[in-house]
Amino acid sequence: MIEIKNLSKRFASTAVLEDLNLEVKKGEILGFLGPNGAGKTTTMKIITSFWAPSGGSVKVDGIDVTEDSQKSRAKIGYLPETVPLYEDMRVYEYLKFIAEVRGIEKDRIKKRIKEVAHDCGLSSVIRKPIDELSKGYRQRVGLAQAIMHEPEILILDEPTTGLDPNQISEIRELIKKIGKEKTVIFSTHIL
Amino acid sequence: MNKEYLKTIYYLLKKEIMAYFNSPIAYIFIGVFLVVGNFLFFKNFFLYGQANLRPYFDLLPWIFLFLSPAVTMRLWAEEKKSGTIEFLLTLPVSDWQVVVAKFLGALCFVVITLSLSFTLPISVAFIGDVDWGPVIGGYLGAIFLAGSYLSLGLFISSLTKNQIIAFLMALVACFAAFIIGADFVLYGAPQIFVPLMKFIGLGSHFSNISKGVIDTKDLIYYSSFIFLFLWLNARVIEARAWK
Repeated sequence: MIEIKNLSKRFASTAVLEDLNLEVKKGEILGFLGPNGAGKTTTMKIITSFWAPSGGSVKVDGIDVTEDSQKSRAKIGYLPETVPLYEDMRVYEYLKFIAEVRGIEKDRIKKRIKEVAHDCGLSSVIRKPIDELSKGYRQRVGLAQAIMHEPEILILDEPTTGLDPNQISEIRELIKKIGKEKTVIFSTHIL
Repeated sequence: MNKEYLKTIYYLLKKEIMAYFNSPIAYIFIGVFLVVGNFLFFKNFFLYGQANLRPYFDLLPWIFLFLSPAVTMRLWAEEKKSGTIEFLLTLPVSDWQVVVAKFLGALCFVVITLSLSFTLPISVAFIGDVDWGPVIGGYLGAIFLAGSYLSLGLFISSLTKNQIIAFLMALVACFAAFIIGADFVLYGAPQIFVPLMKFIGLGSHFSNISKGVIDTKDLIYYSSFIFLFLWLNARVIEARAWK
């Protein structure tokens, strides 16, 4: 599903990634484990084509991420580490925006938002502005955004940081559930 | 250019416009624009004793000079600061689509604001006979001028993550682009540069249109100015991947 060959990334003079090779098959859950600065986030940013690699290639389902990034991005759901959200939108507005941009058909949008909100435990806060949500709920909104279009690949950058133990196990259950049919890559520095 | 492509721009545009009206920015902006504009116009209107809107259209470039950087300053700077840019640009959208949506969002917002000032020509029409040609020309020119300011401001916003820097730099750049073709600058300029400066300046083209003379030359000039900075903007956004 994901094929990384001789990937490298340099910023000015420092090499963050050097000759990274890895392959993830469909239905696998892959964890990136490592200290800060190990290159976990950088790898994810390259797979999602936010950054371009300095060398090597990344293929998502056979599509090169630098050549046809629109197609490869459509197959990926991504939760960045800092969980950036549009603070002044309401949860529902935000999810609707995602559903629209992700190309979900108009008559399915309402139903899909309901499903996703239910899966991520957001039903009770769906009408609230995002800037009033607690850290745990924000994380869930981020996750809901990532799974909205039922992507084949889910990339989650430290999805459990800042959550309490209950929430961590909930999120893990959710990842496991999704990982049964999908390919999941996630990073963490706490196991 | 297919239907899906335009649809994506439309959804992004909707989100941009929602952002204005979800926060107090829109209401403060509209309020300031109307109060300042109407006050400065009516201050002298009864002294002149003419049903003439020219003074209003002479004011507009100066009001927009301060207000359009206020509209554009957050567009990229905020996305960069809060990190939402990372999420936005990993959606299956092209950089160009996002740039165009942001520009159109800002332009729609300014057009909405501007249309609320239409009470002015209507009030004046009650008092005397208004010459509608220059009024329509004035509004058209104002939209093109605002578009140019916005595209320049949007480009500058993409260069920084600090909104205040984005505001001030956009103000300076818009001022320079506007003033370079103004008469009192041209008097002091070396003779050989005068035609060029007159052509580059945003202001000299505006004065043509607001007289009611709608020349394709001016419209093409504005359109290329807008396009140039949107294009540069897309290049800046693209460059993030290669840093």
